[in-house]
Amino acid sequence: MMRLPWFRFHAPTSIAEAARILAAEGPEAMLIAGGTDLLPNMKRRHQTPKTLVSLRHVQELRRSANGAGLALGAGMTLSQVVATPAVRAQYAALWEAAAQIATPHLRNMGTLGGNVCLDTRCTYYNQNHEWRKAIDFCMKKDGEICWVATASKRCLAMSSTDTAPALIALGAIARLVSADAEREVALADLYRNDGIDYLTRRADEIVTEVRLPESAGWSSSYWKLRRRGAFDFPVLGVAAAVKRAKDGTVEDARIVLGAVASRPLVIDAAKKLVGKKLDDDAIAAAGAAAASRAKPMDNADLDLYWRKGVVSAFVGYALKQIRGDNMRATRTRVARHELREVA
Amino acid sequence: MSAVPKAEAEARRNVHLRLRVNGEESEVSFAPYKTLLEVLREDLDLTGTKHGCELGECGACAVLVDGEPQLSCLVLALDCEGRDIETVEGLARGTELHPLQASFADLGAAQCGYCTPGILMTAKWLLEREPAPSRERIREAISGNLCRCTGYQQIFEAIEDAAQKMSSDAQPAPAARKAAP
Amino acid sequence: MTKKRFETIGKPRRRVDGRAKVTGQTRFADDIVLPRMLHCKLLRSPHPHALIESINIARAEQHPGVHLVLTGKDFPVPFGILPVSQDEYPLAPRHVRYVGDPIAAVIAKDEQVATEALELIEVRYQPLETIASPEEALAKPEPRIHDYGEQGNIHRLQAFEFGDVDEALENSAHVFEDVFFFEGNTHLPIEQHAAVAAPDGEGKLVLWSSTQVPHYIHRALAKALQMSPAHVRVIACPNGGGFGGKCDLHNHEIVVSRAALRLGRPVKLCLNREEVFYMHRGRHPVLMKMRTGVGQDGKLTGMHVQTLLDGGGYGSYGTASTFYTGALQTVTYELPRYKFDACRTFTNKPPCGPKRGHGTPQPRFGQEVQLDKIAEKLGLDPAAFRLNMIAKPDTLTANWLKIGTIGLAECIRQVVERSGWNERRGKMPPGRGLGLACGAYLCGAGLPIYWNKMPQSGVQLLLDRSGQVTVFCGATEIGQGSDDVLAAIVAEVLGIDPYEVRCLTGDTGLTPVDLGSYSSRVTVMMGNAAIQAANKVRAQLAQAAAEQLEVLPDQLAFARGRVFALQDANRSMTFREAVEYAEAKFGTLGAVGSYTPPRSPGRYKGAGVGPSPAYSYTACVVEAEVDEATGWITIAKIWTAHDIGQTINPVLARGQVEGSVYMGLGEALMEEQVFRRLPPKMSGALVHKIPSLLEYKSITSLDMPEMDTVLVEDPDPNCPFGAKEVGQGPLLPVPPAVANAVYAAIGVRIDELPITPDKVLRALEKKAQGEAPRVGPERFPAVPYPAPLQVAPPWEGGDGKEAPDGTRRPRRKEAVAS
Repeated sequence: MMRLPWFRFHAPTSIAEAARILAAEGPEAMLIAGGTDLLPNMKRRHQTPKTLVSLRHVQELRRSANGAGLALGAGMTLSQVVATPAVRAQYAALWEAAAQIATPHLRNMGTLGGNVCLDTRCTYYNQNHEWRKAIDFCMKKDGEICWVATASKRCLAMSSTDTAPALIALGAIARLVSADAEREVALADLYRNDGIDYLTRRADEIVTEVRLPESAGWSSSYWKLRRRGAFDFPVLGVAAAVKRAKDGTVEDARIVLGAVASRPLVIDAAKKLVGKKLDDDAIAAAGAAAASRAKPMDNADLDLYWRKGVVSAFVGYALKQIRGDNMRATRTRVARHELREVA
Repeated sequence: MSAVPKAEAEARRNVHLRLRVNGEESEVSFAPYKTLLEVLREDLDLTGTKHGCELGECGACAVLVDGEPQLSCLVLALDCEGRDIETVEGLARGTELHPLQASFADLGAAQCGYCTPGILMTAKWLLEREPAPSRERIREAISGNLCRCTGYQQIFEAIEDAAQKMSSDAQPAPAARKAAP
Repeated sequence: MTKKRFETIGKPRRRVDGRAKVTGQTRFADDIVLPRMLHCKLLRSPHPHALIESINIARAEQHPGVHLVLTGKDFPVPFGILPVSQDEYPLAPRHVRYVGDPIAAVIAKDEQVATEALELIEVRYQPLETIASPEEALAKPEPRIHDYGEQGNIHRLQAFEFGDVDEALENSAHVFEDVFFFEGNTHLPIEQHAAVAAPDGEGKLVLWSSTQVPHYIHRALAKALQMSPAHVRVIACPNGGGFGGKCDLHNHEIVVSRAALRLGRPVKLCLNREEVFYMHRGRHPVLMKMRTGVGQDGKLTGMHVQTLLDGGGYGSYGTASTFYTGALQTVTYELPRYKFDACRTFTNKPPCGPKRGHGTPQPRFGQEVQLDKIAEKLGLDPAAFRLNMIAKPDTLTANWLKIGTIGLAECIRQVVERSGWNERRGKMPPGRGLGLACGAYLCGAGLPIYWNKMPQSGVQLLLDRSGQVTVFCGATEIGQGSDDVLAAIVAEVLGIDPYEVRCLTGDTGLTPVDLGSYSSRVTVMMGNAAIQAANKVRAQLAQAAAEQLEVLPDQLAFARGRVFALQDANRSMTFREAVEYAEAKFGTLGAVGSYTPPRSPGRYKGAGVGPSPAYSYTACVVEAEVDEATGWITIAKIWTAHDIGQTINPVLARGQVEGSVYMGLGEALMEEQVFRRLPPKMSGALVHKIPSLLEYKSITSLDMPEMDTVLVEDPDPNCPFGAKEVGQGPLLPVPPAVANAVYAAIGVRIDELPITPDKVLRALEKKAQGEAPRVGPERFPAVPYPAPLQVAPPWEGGDGKEAPDGTRRPRRKEAVAS
């Protein structure tokens, strides 16, 4: 049986109390919400915090609120996000992303905040301590070299969150709270393209809430590539959101790729859709532009050249769904189910 | 990993708390690093809950926590005070098998029986929420439970069989069934 | 054999151990908890190939909570599951051969303390050059991974020729030559191997373990510990999935045994998932070349198969696996001449061994894909092509295997009919296609793994005046339902309810020897032994009951828990009454039965691998849908028909077919045990790429297509009530049927497994550029196969023996492929 290391444990009941404990304990403390990312990592000795601060008992993190847009508490489980009617009705990309994370069990446990802050992944890193010893460790933990590309000066571990590309495409803002301050950042700015230092969140900050702007005029979609219909992290995620005038002319567009860099990759070329209709040519051009930016590495499942090769097709799926094409058969093939009925 | 300083090792103490499992309250003392899985199997002798990876990658350890299927290998036992835990040992009523258990035994849904407890608990949750799930819904609901023996088809059939038995037991009159939401 | 009416056999039933499995009461090895039990963890080599210079355990021994630290010097005796490969140590004393090879053990109060103490063991290694692949093993005889074997890093070489194959190919209308590759993969039981050892009250050893072969473990463990076998008792717990992965004597079983005896306390070890990948002994990666001749009549004229196996760091079952890559090519279709060369290499990876189908799914993949290519070239329907050349029942094959019943034609007809093959094939929309393939498998290996003339299965029955029936057998429940088969057979003979039979199995201290749950041998061998034992008891009961009922014993029937006169059902008694009369007449009631398979007609050296009391047959049709833009593969449905001889419990039999189809589909599409070699200039590391349940891809409930299953019943006289195996054979046709369906869908050949979308897309790109639309191995390396053992086929005047050395034909030039 894989065992967790020893740790001290705190279970605050408010954000303020959690932030105070975090500040007092210093960098050797870590937050735990659902535990689905942190606990496997601790069992494999990626992270060995001296102190765990559980957010499970902080009720204020679990609220959602409709107003101008939608505010989702970072402590909501992914199942709760999926079950939120406003998410399904107005923010399809988020719903489709959350509904395809891991498994029903893990969605019952893992939280929105946890998925947003998900540790970057790499097949040289997500291994037991004994395995990593056999490669003399890697840059991300206990070693010197990035084995993915041995000349690389930075860690190439891959951003593997499904919700972040969707949330960025939807224009989300994250709220961070520490013992002495609060701030809001555009979600895209929460990330750095560095497999180790992948978040701009400070160690004493708590992501408390994700806010989505009003959705009027917008349509969105998320397509996930993975080997199996469950369990697997994305080896490509495509989130797209498009705002169209009544005649179908694109007024604004965002495309964000997941699992092709150490952070969610915003495709600026999506703006070239503005002023056009979502016709096949425009969709193909957007797909090609996205594919040229994607840099999958040999540190995840499936062949990396193939993963790059299908980016254009996946961007096409997302935009065609937004256009209103019937994508049910394609979705069933790719996701292994229609995504209509999710726990 | 480095060696544990002697002083730190000697400072290690069990925690003591009260857990409610299958409706029974138990006082239990355990090392605080233990997950619910370890406490169930090692400290409460409830070995019906299995483990296949302890990393959240197989579903063998699924139990119900406050009525929802969760992976006991990734739940801190420390976090479980005051929560309702249900395991496979609590499924039968006395000697009477739960309909899911009977259908699984009758229809070949349990071959080696190792993934079975986790799937049974997941299926119980599913049928409580949706008494007559579609095949697609069943596929999705147990997609977090790996089985290496059956190819899943007899599991789908057993869940459908149990659903049918449970709904005909619960709602004998067809009219009553229609009225249900 | 004519079909009989049965009371229990063939009726769908809850398995006798079903209730325990759904209540969580089935006690797997890791569920065993004993008073004063300690826990063991193993320190494993981080180097793929190295010599140990020194081990210092002093700090680990001092760690609070540690009771014992063991190293290689505590285990002077080597072991190995096959007598010809005694090449392992429980803890490597000097030479480590793969990342994960165990070198030390800590026994402590709990797993946490044991794991901490592992870190305190100081080991100095002298790294050796890493041998990463069979090609490298062939090219580099030094450093040798083992100092035994054929030469350099070649473990085994085998070569047989049954008739002049080159001549047959030269005279053939067409000759086809293909190279295929089947990637290695592993069993991945959800239960991680566990073992608990404890000294009993007399100081003798008891070992509970997740093992499929308690008898072999008993023998090998006694030898490894240098103890009298009478002081060793091995209890096989029900396995949480086996699939062949729990057939070896595992190093941890010896370690916990030694530790328990040393400490006088129970010691448990449960592998973690990563360690299960190291222990695996799974499917060998096999590169193979097949040259096949076809005559004008569309029948095969001869076949030459060459295989190259990546064996990993130890022998394990590898010698047998190597034979099996060629032994069963001959039992499906008429094949006048056959030649087979095989080579197993040592590499610095966890050793391979037997997985479901043991050595035969790899060449079956190549053979059935090549047959698809042949049918296309000849313009023949793949189903009709095969139906035209199915082997005849009650014949010998070119390599002297005795075929009994063969229900393959009916299997093909069933899957053709049910899949709409004739109506739909070639008329489906672009991107969709149907593929067909067949397979065959053993119903138990004809010989045990160590040479002896004793029975391969023994069954003992005990009855008493209460009417209770207890049956003892060494066979092991691994999920397949062996206890249910045992109870059903005894119940059928005695005319009682199977739930009235108590099964006590897999305990070398209590049960008669059965060789274990491998090679699909249990139903046939245990079943025949059970029938023999039950018939002996039945005769005693009949004699006693006949006296009371005043009829002749052979005028009695046993059914529904009663014994009654055939002519007059009113003259009857309960089964319990019959037992009472019999016990009064004969004294304590019991009987034994045993089974030894028929002697195989092959007499040549190497004829021991391949013979079986019977062969099962399977046909399969797969419907695939392939997206031309991405290469993404969707399997819509799989139809399977399996020649089972006679079904014992259709619920379980169907489960075995569907489970085999599931596993075969996984191997076809995603399962692969692959390794990562770091850049050799920077590191010698060679590690398992994905030793986790997340990254080793195992099909989920969402990925599994609908399955249609038919059991074809053609009872075989060598089998109990005619029942053949069902646990392994149905896997074999699935991978080639998937490959053939992909070809039917989009016209590209993927000649290697797994078939992944990137390979499909690469083949489509080649097709678009006018190249051969194929992805697969391009060449077969030069392997120093020896001159083959010449054995004339039965129809060429052979007597089953090899020709004397002097008469070996010189090597010819190979016939050129058409």
